[in-house]
Amino acid sequence: MADPSAARSPASGPARSGATGRLRLPVAALAALAPAWLIILVVYLGTTVWTVQLSLTNSRMLPSNEFAGLAQYQRLFGTARWSISIHNLVTFGIVYVLGALVVGSLLAIAVDRRVRFESMWRTVFLYPYALSFIVTGLMWQWLMNPEIGIQATMRAAGLGWFTFDWTTRPDMAIYAVSLAGIWQSAGLVMVLMLAGLRGIDADLWRATRIEGIPMWRTYLTIVLPQLGPSLATAFMLLTMGAVRTFDLVVALTNGGPGQSTEVPAKFIMDSLFARQDLGLATAGATVMLVTVMAIAVPILYARDIWARRRSGRL
Amino acid sequence: MRRLLLPSLTALLLVSTAQAQDLTAEVAHSWTSGGEAAAVKVISDAFNAKGGKWVDWSVAGFENANAAYVSRLLAGDPPTAKTAVAGPEVTELVAQGLMNDIDAAFHQAVPDGVVPQVVLNAITVDGKVYMAPTGIHAGNWMFYSKPVFEKAGITAAPKTWDEFFAAMDKIKAAGITPIAWGGQSWQEGIVFHGVVLSTIGNAAYAKLYTDKDLAVIDTPEFAQAVKTFARLRDYVDAGAPGRNWNDATAMVIKDEAGVQLLSDFIKGEFTTAGEVAGTDYGCALTPGTDSLISLADAFTFPKTGNADKDKAQVLLAETVLDPTVQAQFSVLKGSVPIRTDIDTSGFDSCAQEAIGLVKQDKIVLDAAMTLSPAINGAFKDAIGAFFADPSMSVEAFIGQYKAAFANG
Repeated sequence: MADPSAARSPASGPARSGATGRLRLPVAALAALAPAWLIILVVYLGTTVWTVQLSLTNSRMLPSNEFAGLAQYQRLFGTARWSISIHNLVTFGIVYVLGALVVGSLLAIAVDRRVRFESMWRTVFLYPYALSFIVTGLMWQWLMNPEIGIQATMRAAGLGWFTFDWTTRPDMAIYAVSLAGIWQSAGLVMVLMLAGLRGIDADLWRATRIEGIPMWRTYLTIVLPQLGPSLATAFMLLTMGAVRTFDLVVALTNGGPGQSTEVPAKFIMDSLFARQDLGLATAGATVMLVTVMAIAVPILYARDIWARRRSGRL
Repeated sequence: MRRLLLPSLTALLLVSTAQAQDLTAEVAHSWTSGGEAAAVKVISDAFNAKGGKWVDWSVAGFENANAAYVSRLLAGDPPTAKTAVAGPEVTELVAQGLMNDIDAAFHQAVPDGVVPQVVLNAITVDGKVYMAPTGIHAGNWMFYSKPVFEKAGITAAPKTWDEFFAAMDKIKAAGITPIAWGGQSWQEGIVFHGVVLSTIGNAAYAKLYTDKDLAVIDTPEFAQAVKTFARLRDYVDAGAPGRNWNDATAMVIKDEAGVQLLSDFIKGEFTTAGEVAGTDYGCALTPGTDSLISLADAFTFPKTGNADKDKAQVLLAETVLDPTVQAQFSVLKGSVPIRTDIDTSGFDSCAQEAIGLVKQDKIVLDAAMTLSPAINGAFKDAIGAFFADPSMSVEAFIGQYKAAFANG
């Protein structure tokens, strides 16, 4: 997102100092920003408004202007697959976000203990994040396929009792997707948390050692609370990622078995393209947008208050 | 010098007349895999030989192709022609006034009574033909491994569901996976509709999927289909969920599984693997059915507002409907020609059987030709969920299946 205040301040400085009655507009800055604003207004806001507008029409294959009220929303919430998708997303979101936060934080703490080959570990753990979700999904699809993956390998090695068939079980498949997601995103959390950990005053560690506070308690009660901003950032990124989840599911399970790993984004894409159901797809997209805003706005607001409090402006 | 001049002058003349009548056709399609691409080449070669100029606009995956096509259509810059399933996705565009009809060209190229009536109905809107069909794919096929059947002591392809389940039990007893199951909802949907046809019969099938008579769903025959479909769960392996259709076909090719229930387009996999119909693998209709659940592909022609393009569209329609092109195309694509008056010598034994059925008018239309993609999609959702979840009751499934029709 473009931050207009950052761009404005350097330009407004000289304008104010040289203000002798005549108004001098920061023309150069405005000209430089105009394309960005145009893109934001037309591409982001314009298409968002159009999406919402389409969701209120009876559009099918082609966009129509015939107003249909909330009929598409009624149809949407009457569709079993949509409710299942929402349910799956909640399960996935909780497991994925918490899992990635916990695993990522633990990795960060482990690396922060000044282990040997630290930079190597950092690279190794961050590496999955460099892969696309499609690659992650395909890889885990093979690993978790009971006929060719980990289960088959272990059984071939003589461990006949070994079972790892989550992707083929409707009750476990969503956790298989979460697992792959955590594997992918834990590295990102690690990097964010590590940056926070490195910002902790070394004196604090000396103090706790003198006081004889065990290490785990120091982390839990003293260090972690100071990492609030890092945690909030990680939480936000992960949650946004979870809501948008599409490619991971497509590559890993394609929504199956049955509908056990269907997610809203996939529902929207299917409705939009395969089912030529513009109205239903845009209604789904609008519901998603409202949900995301309901999560994001309070977090952004809280972070803003946090930042202002710190700088002593509040 | 003179000897040289004359031919070159003629050549020059030819070139200039060709330029005066520019029969360039930009053709949108998604037939990009091996056999499909070879089949398309039959049409493009024939079109070019007739003086046209084929410009390929292929997009892999028909959903992507559709999306790209619709945006060009809306932008007022459609391609000259587009392949599609001859059904609602075309008739909706016809209703919006976006398509050219090819009525005159169709009737000139095709004698009366040569195309089955149900197909003719499907490509006609308000008394005019709008689509040039290439061929029919049928969904209710059973392909089986001859070595597996031999090993299990099965002498003939099962004709009823009782025979079928007895045969599957024998294969299971022989330690082989009975059904090579592609556990994706679109494949499960194809199998389910084959089972439905076997229990409710042709008349009720047409009533339900063409006339949207939902009373058919409440009949005991429909419930029987659901129960039979549910029984198939007992004969699939643990790796079935999510399996691609071609991976399932590979199981039959490698004699690791007994049968695969799916459309005839999977024949291409057998052919590519060097298997011969009738010796390495066998084919039969889904037990209990004696008609083809047909899905016709067709060329369709958007309005371009360009007179030259209109002429190119007519030429292309004539090319597609040409008897020789129809036969050659279908041999390569694995489909059944739409015309019943063509030379069928090049077809394999499975296709011969299908051609015989088309001649006897033993065809019902696939739901994809009669109902909107939204309804068909909702069918798949219900069927996929039901097959994956043995705890789902027959009644719950039927309720969800019926609700699919509400998607209009």
